[in-house]
Amino acid sequence: MSDRPRVGLLVTCLVDFVRPQIGFAAVRLLEQSGCDVEVPLQTCCGQPAWNSGADKHATDLARQVIETFEPFDYVVAPSGSCAGMIKRHYIEALVNDPAYLPRARALAAKTFELVSFLVQVRGVRALNVQCATRACYHDSCSSLRELGVRKEPRKLLSEVEGLMLAELVEPEVCCGFGGLFSVKYPEISERMADQKIVDAQATGADVIVGADLGCLLHLKGRMQRKGINMGVRHVAEVLAGMVGEPALGEP
Amino acid sequence: MTADPRSFPETSRAALRDPGLRIALGRLRTHFALGRAQAVERYPDWEALRESSRAIRDYALAHLDTLLLRFEQNVYASGGHVHWARDAKEAREIVLAILRKADARTVIKGKSMVSEEVGLNDFLAANGIETVETDLGEYIVQLRREPPSHIIAPAFHLNKEDVARTFRDAHNTLDPERPLSERSDLVAEARRVLRARFESADAGITGANFLTASEGAAVLVTNEGNGDLTRLLPKTHIVLTGLEKIVASMEHAAVLLRLLTRSATGQDISSYVTVMKGPRAGADSDGGKNFHVVLVDNGRTPLLGTEAEEVLRCIRCAACLNHCPVYAAVGGHAYGATYTGPIGAALNPGLMGVQVARHHANASTFCGRCAEVCPVKIPLPKIMRYWRAREYASGVAPRGMTASLGVWAFVAKRPTFYAVATLIAARLLKLLSRNGQVHQLPIMRNWFAVRDFPAPQGRTFQQLWAKRG
Repeated sequence: MSDRPRVGLLVTCLVDFVRPQIGFAAVRLLEQSGCDVEVPLQTCCGQPAWNSGADKHATDLARQVIETFEPFDYVVAPSGSCAGMIKRHYIEALVNDPAYLPRARALAAKTFELVSFLVQVRGVRALNVQCATRACYHDSCSSLRELGVRKEPRKLLSEVEGLMLAELVEPEVCCGFGGLFSVKYPEISERMADQKIVDAQATGADVIVGADLGCLLHLKGRMQRKGINMGVRHVAEVLAGMVGEPALGEP
Repeated sequence: MTADPRSFPETSRAALRDPGLRIALGRLRTHFALGRAQAVERYPDWEALRESSRAIRDYALAHLDTLLLRFEQNVYASGGHVHWARDAKEAREIVLAILRKADARTVIKGKSMVSEEVGLNDFLAANGIETVETDLGEYIVQLRREPPSHIIAPAFHLNKEDVARTFRDAHNTLDPERPLSERSDLVAEARRVLRARFESADAGITGANFLTASEGAAVLVTNEGNGDLTRLLPKTHIVLTGLEKIVASMEHAAVLLRLLTRSATGQDISSYVTVMKGPRAGADSDGGKNFHVVLVDNGRTPLLGTEAEEVLRCIRCAACLNHCPVYAAVGGHAYGATYTGPIGAALNPGLMGVQVARHHANASTFCGRCAEVCPVKIPLPKIMRYWRAREYASGVAPRGMTASLGVWAFVAKRPTFYAVATLIAARLLKLLSRNGQVHQLPIMRNWFAVRDFPAPQGRTFQQLWAKRG
């Protein structure tokens, strides 16, 4: 019997679809931290349905995720948003389902956002990677406020050799992605993105690093549309030393 | 009120194109958010204060019936009157009847968002009664025939040049040579005109921040002293407010006061705190002879017992507006409602109906900053989501959205099918991309309206993982 914990990787639908490299970066980090990683067949945590008030769809998907992931010791997602959905909202969604509510609670208790899992649960302190760049860190609202993750990514990024980390003037302000918000109210979303981009430029950073691909897709897509040449990287790519490949949205 | 909540997509777009508004809204952080943060920092145990305040408000809501009756009894005991208004129409008519009985022709008003909610000013005007707002910001927007854009800073959408122009247009006794370039000039000019109004008014109408059951008193905070003048100078004073403003006692109100002004403006206490109890009596050296309190329900009590009931804890400090990135982008007028920002988004669907105010509940990223700064811990995003669920369940949600979600959910509930579908889509998008970006597609038009889409790598993680073996 191995004493390595079994981690079910909730790769997240965006990483699965847009940027598999982030998934592999997450696997590398988890394995380095002494975990056995498995990837069960999966789709989405259901957050778009939940946030839209489509409760039937949301609870169906929540039950599906619970069934898929409850055998593992831990569930880890390279996203504060999806981890937050499982940790905070499944118990709200399934409050009237006595069969699944305890299972939702149990799953919530062992679900983590990747970086906070590495630091808090696996005690990762040092990394043997380098990345010569000036970066600013973009907190996703769900990491920050649903999960209370603030120090962990900064701590690990400070261990990356050659990386200079700058702080945004208002790191607690939303970038305007908000899932379907970005398509329901595109102009408001655009204004919020532009403010975040201005703030990022003001730090003198070459790259925005974040833990949620949704924010990064939105910010990179907006910068590209405006002809602003700033990179974005998922924090897992940087921490796993997988910055050799072109960054998101680059040829 | 001219704007309609149903037009939020159009009104918000127009607001985003207004350069003056953008400058004004840029002051939210410096004017409010930083001051609040410092006040919270100075306070010894902010979280404990929040928690006791939440408990005070929850106690009041759980005992609404008995506390309101005790309040009524105590108002009568001190020589005042209490009136109950089920809805906006009743509220307007009650106020009109009081004013008619007092033979009032001119009314001064200060600090009542409920009077905006029930549309009082236009109604009184149509009945031959002139009202003059006495809060500086409210006075300015009244001159401009605009509603307030912010619940504690009614003219926040304006810059001082706009105010100067408004005064020059409206004050025909204003010397054209007189400078109005500084804030102090504007205050002096407003004071010059308003003083005369205070002295000649027949009645005064104010709102209330708290109603205290044990004393039968109403508590009002202002920074301009206009609340005191409105209360004391005319012979009739009407307090028009929502019935949920009740708390058990003055002790409870005092706890909430510590929280209210710090959350609102970052002040440890406002310049004035006015406690209003009964008409002039005994040894009082001033005050009117008639005192009325109009308690407005207008959709509040039906929220009790629902998942939205915590919204009734609100003490209208506006911290949620001041920290909302959506409010900071579009301002208050875009909402087309009295209550704007996160509190509007959580309250308006209850007061106005989900069909009318659905955009308010939807125009949020659920970033959660509002709930984080809310002094009485209202779970604002959770309540907005509740309204979205009501919207979805009642078939009010746009069909395009529910249909797309339905298709997506159908696929997402079938993992094997999903794996194939996402693989094809990822391939396709990669083929359609140029220089790492997809620039346009016939679907997701609103995404591409303002941004490109970074191209997928072309294979899904799950496919690649399966290959890794």
